Amino acid sequence: MTRHLPWIATAIIGVVALAVVALSRGENVNALWIVVASVSCFLVAYRYYALFIARHVMRLDASRPTPAIRRADGLDYVATDRTVLFGHHFAAIAGAGPLVGPVLAAQMGYLPGTLWIIFGVVLAGAVQDFMVLFISMRRDGKSLGELIRLEMGQMAGTIALFGAFMIMVIILAVLALIVVKALAESPWGMFTVAATVPLAMAMGAYTRWIRPGRIGEVSILGLIGLLAAIVYGQAVAQSPVWGPIFTFTPVQLCWILIGYGAVASVLPVWLLLAPRDYLSTFLKIGAIAALAIGIVIMAPPLRMPALTQFVAGNGPVWAGGLFPFLFITIACGAVSGFHALISSGTTPKLIASEAHAPMIGYGAMLMEAFVAIMALVGASILDPGIYFTMNSPTALIGPDAASASAAVSAMGFPISADVISQTARDVGEHTIISRAGGAPTLAVAMAEIFSHVVGGPAMKAFWYHFAILFEALFILTAVDAGTRAGRFMLQDLIALAVPAFKESKSHAPGIIATGLCVAAWGFFLYQGVTDPLGGVNTLWPVFGISNQMLAAIALMLGTAVLFRMKRDRFAWVTVLPTAWLLVCTLSAGWLKLFSTDAKVGFLAHAATFAAAADAGEIKSPATSMAEMRRIIFNDRIDAALVALFLAVVLAVLYFTIRTCIAARRIPAATAREIPAQLVPAQ
Amino acid sequence: MTRLWATLRQTARLMVGMPDYDAYLRHMADHHPGAPVMDRTAFFRDRQEARYGGRNGGRCC
Repeated sequence: MTRHLPWIATAIIGVVALAVVALSRGENVNALWIVVASVSCFLVAYRYYALFIARHVMRLDASRPTPAIRRADGLDYVATDRTVLFGHHFAAIAGAGPLVGPVLAAQMGYLPGTLWIIFGVVLAGAVQDFMVLFISMRRDGKSLGELIRLEMGQMAGTIALFGAFMIMVIILAVLALIVVKALAESPWGMFTVAATVPLAMAMGAYTRWIRPGRIGEVSILGLIGLLAAIVYGQAVAQSPVWGPIFTFTPVQLCWILIGYGAVASVLPVWLLLAPRDYLSTFLKIGAIAALAIGIVIMAPPLRMPALTQFVAGNGPVWAGGLFPFLFITIACGAVSGFHALISSGTTPKLIASEAHAPMIGYGAMLMEAFVAIMALVGASILDPGIYFTMNSPTALIGPDAASASAAVSAMGFPISADVISQTARDVGEHTIISRAGGAPTLAVAMAEIFSHVVGGPAMKAFWYHFAILFEALFILTAVDAGTRAGRFMLQDLIALAVPAFKESKSHAPGIIATGLCVAAWGFFLYQGVTDPLGGVNTLWPVFGISNQMLAAIALMLGTAVLFRMKRDRFAWVTVLPTAWLLVCTLSAGWLKLFSTDAKVGFLAHAATFAAAADAGEIKSPATSMAEMRRIIFNDRIDAALVALFLAVVLAVLYFTIRTCIAARRIPAATAREIPAQLVPAQ
Repeated sequence: MTRLWATLRQTARLMVGMPDYDAYLRHMADHHPGAPVMDRTAFFRDRQEARYGGRNGGRCC
């Protein structure tokens, strides 16, 4: 009993902190309450729920050889120290997603997002990561597609692979859109990000020929270069000659990014991708740690209300009510389907013992949820007036400080035009109006927190651009790496119909698949950039739906495996979160398709514009008949995409139910694990 | 202290997909004695290609 006492104390602290967060009204709540509430909940969940799953649901067996033992080769399969592997896994799962979603969700106030992150991760997100890691670990580290094929049949595996490819396309488009939103009309930001390309190439040459393999050394040199780029960026931005050269409109940036994606993804990896990944990975870990320390030192009050009037829907940042749209807006951080690809990627090949799986699978996801909590805190410590100025589309609040101040004050968040202009000057930008996408908002918050700890207000502009650079850097790395991964997924898919396409000796299939992949995400990026409502409004929900659907697919795989292992008794562990995700994504998808509210439903939106076009009218925000037609076309494409996602998830649901029923009929376990007593493969 | 430093170093390197070279040498010595082994540079290039070539999937959003 006594060993439970510290955990009971932790649980009590968590409940008290959660009560403070949830029940305070009127006065400003300190951000540390959210931090304390989430950390205590995570600790207790890890100690009890993860252990319960490990012992009773999975029956992990520390003596059972893992793939790293069975197939040890010193390269891909290496038994790795568990703290080292934790770092590897965390760095692979934490990206821009957990930073962006919570910032967007803050339009409903800090409370709904906080509760969804805490309960979502404990009951769904961490369970998914852990479960997929477990399944893959017992099957020689196979990938998600192969696992589904193995346990649920060829057809289910192919459908899931196709779904994963489409999700990849949407993710790349959304990530690229965030970069466009952050860098458009910002010569300082653009210069620093552009400077990373030659910098990374110099680093690549250094690790290739001068000092091969010296990652630490070259990263420090790169970091010095980055800091110099941020410092000189200010002078470049203010220079009458260079400033305009680095100032781009969103559409120009969109084409630059598409061109960059196409070229970067066929360059040798050592030249650009690898060295920039060093910078972005270490910067990411460093910035996350610094943010945590900064929040604790600053202990800022939350200025966003617990709940805003936008809970009912009609919010300016994204359309739709709390249910189901909050649960798809915060995807990464609460539950992220993409992690299923990581948990069945390199990690299961490196894990030294099954006993480490709870810490890696469940623990690393809790850590990512903590990052999401920090992003939510960041958005919530800003003046809500600034938050809504930055995140509402121009179509709603107009292009200048006066119009934005009037419109945002009318929403009930009073802010003066002077404060808006001053905030932009403080961070060294021309404007902060309608910089949707989450990254700029988070950068303002990080500038606020970091300058409080180091450098004071004079350093705000530096920290703002540091934060923008840090986000842009790992997004660009993800675009590059994602295009390469997407290319192989596409090649595998096409090879199902045209076997010659898998041929890796000739260059043509690779180039065609890369081109198709870039064209696919480029299409959605262009659509987002030219969307009069700002793009994030349209694309983020589609991304959220697709990501949560992949999570549902991974959890359905978990359910099918539990049934096949004859552990039906514990299947609720995966069935519960699956059901919730299906309810959220299917209803969100349904609303996106068929809602009669033109702000929410793609088809209703297309219909209102089509009716106007037939009557010969030009409807705001379109300014020409061509724009009208483009809006209608985009709406229909988005609708088709959502319908496709719905079809994929329903198909997998059908195969899951079929698999579970078949498993129930057979008295013995049918899961295709590598038997425990098998001698190591040599 | 040196152990902590070694762990941190190893963690940082594995975060960017670079496994431990000494562990590779140990594995080769234990299981394939006499077989040719990659030198440090070849090992580095091999692992870099394996991580970033795209075959190992992407990373998260």
